[in-house]
Amino acid sequence: MSFRGSVTPLLISRYTATTCLGRGLGPLREAMLAGRSGLKPCDFETVELNTWIGEVEGCDDEALPARLGDFNCRNNRLAQIGLTQDGFADAVRDTAERLGKDRIGVFLGTSTSGILETELAYRRRDPVTGALPGEFHYAGTHNTYSVAAFVQAWFGLTGPAAVVSSACSSSAKVFASAARMIEAGLIDAALVGGVDSLCLTTLYGFNSLELTSSQACRPFDRARDGISIGEGAAFALLERTPDTPQALDNGAILLLGVGESSDAYHMSSPHPEGRGARAAMEAALASAGLGTGDIDYINLHGTATPNNDDAEGKAVSGLFGARTPCCSTKGATGHTLGAAGGVEAVIAALALRDGFLPAGAGTRDPEPGLDYLLATRRQPVRRVLSNSFGFGGTNCSLILGRPG
Amino acid sequence: MSSPPSAWLHSIGLLGPGLPDWPHCAAILAGDATWTPEKTVLTAPDLLPPAERRRAVRVVKLALTVGLEAVAAAGVDATQLATVFSSSGGDGVNCHQICETLASDDRQISPTRFHNSVHNAAAGYWSIATGATAPAGVLCAFDGSFAAGLLEALVHVAVERTPCLLIAYDADYPEPLRAARPIPDAFGVALLLSPESGDKPIGRISAQLTRDSADTLADAALERLRHSIPAARSLPLLAAIAQRKSDRVVLDYLDHTRIAVDFTA
Repeated sequence: MSFRGSVTPLLISRYTATTCLGRGLGPLREAMLAGRSGLKPCDFETVELNTWIGEVEGCDDEALPARLGDFNCRNNRLAQIGLTQDGFADAVRDTAERLGKDRIGVFLGTSTSGILETELAYRRRDPVTGALPGEFHYAGTHNTYSVAAFVQAWFGLTGPAAVVSSACSSSAKVFASAARMIEAGLIDAALVGGVDSLCLTTLYGFNSLELTSSQACRPFDRARDGISIGEGAAFALLERTPDTPQALDNGAILLLGVGESSDAYHMSSPHPEGRGARAAMEAALASAGLGTGDIDYINLHGTATPNNDDAEGKAVSGLFGARTPCCSTKGATGHTLGAAGGVEAVIAALALRDGFLPAGAGTRDPEPGLDYLLATRRQPVRRVLSNSFGFGGTNCSLILGRPG
Repeated sequence: MSSPPSAWLHSIGLLGPGLPDWPHCAAILAGDATWTPEKTVLTAPDLLPPAERRRAVRVVKLALTVGLEAVAAAGVDATQLATVFSSSGGDGVNCHQICETLASDDRQISPTRFHNSVHNAAAGYWSIATGATAPAGVLCAFDGSFAAGLLEALVHVAVERTPCLLIAYDADYPEPLRAARPIPDAFGVALLLSPESGDKPIGRISAQLTRDSADTLADAALERLRHSIPAARSLPLLAAIAQRKSDRVVLDYLDHTRIAVDFTA
């Protein structure tokens, strides 16, 4: 069983994403058009694993405002890098001025928040008492909520806020939470997105499950053998559409539908037939009032593990057949975990804005049964479906589109 | 929709220190029984398959126990029920063990510990135990996690027009994290909310943001409990419900805002 999200289209008035491909929309767009990957062999911190990562450069050099010093951790530094690209911060400030600081919600996804700070603090415990170092600040760094608290404080926003932390569907599900809250009238706009940063828990954790690849990941390739962990910060500003459809710019990007479901199957494996994945896609289509033939492109979750891609492939081909062009862009960005839904929503927005079907990178010999893109196609795009699925059997599909 | 989101409250599940279930807690909050604080007793529900039962960490036992109490009390089918899970943190013991391993010479963490570390572990186990395939929201808002979850669940009911089970829960960390986040014990509460009044609703709940200060509890020991465990910030609302008293209570949410909850018995 699954539910529709809000059926009222919402305007995605501004969006930005920062990944290993670079800061902001420019390098992301160029990489998608060129089929370039930002992945590299893992050289993160003291990690000794035979795997590849997608690292955002300069995270350690980013300085937070002095008044927000308690929030200093890699995740919040990455959040600030992301917020300050593409005029996003100015757009949030303008919207806050227009609608009121208390009328903008903040809903962000993350899986590991600032846990890296705790991992490092555990290396510096007092040899006698075992205590963590005095400068360790739990609420601003480790706690799952810290990135939403940080972003809210950064802008001085005073509306509702929460972090959604449902593993790798987190920053897709924030669109659903925000859309419902706008529909219910509690807020008039929402700052949504996701931020997840490299840490030892996920690198060693996915390695323990034998889910990391020893090379750059190859989504949906017949020889795929695991994920490449990345990091990223993606943000979008969601608002009500104007009362008169004519007032909507022809190039506007809309959130048309959201669908969520649960697998009820296993903690770390998807349902083998992709039952929950299919339910989420069906719910998103129902919520948008669209059929499968209305979707021009599917941005797959496509983590590049054998089981995940197999289950998603069955769900997509079962629902769409083999006719809808699709691809996972994680070969380019890595799997940015709790930021993946947000990053890929931004990729969907770029595809709609600039008219191309992104092909990602890394895949050479795709599984049969899908129109899996090996090269980016330039063509007008009206509607994109983006999938995000996670541990615990949590699924979310978004549909973005242009007006009309 | 400009009126505050609202829903009918059908049932409650609760587990905390010296609070084995909602009827016991209600008697204490109504002044009909005295509270004797004892360590919260956590058990894995029989509903979990054997493998998951073995792997279930403390917050999973806590969340499932209160959720199942609410579902049983209302006699509803959990498979079709949307859920909102809200907590300030994941499992503290599990987190500590991972951090300790990662700081050691051998960093190989156990796969089970890793999958138990996700904030949505309880939601995943719930879905496996009950067969629920409906959406599950999984939230965190630090000390305001109960209020964030209540808002999310009320908005779900108001917009989707389907029932929603809120499960808010928090458990303690061992040292050394306990010093940085001194939650003393485990506390969980589940509220089953619905757009329909049904046969015997407990009452009606609506919520909106407010700048007013959060209500406190007159009993000093219960007030300490309210303040020390994020999910227990629900206690002023639960007290109004236990006393069957229509009232407006203000609950902690974020630094700059609280929620005013109107309960109509």
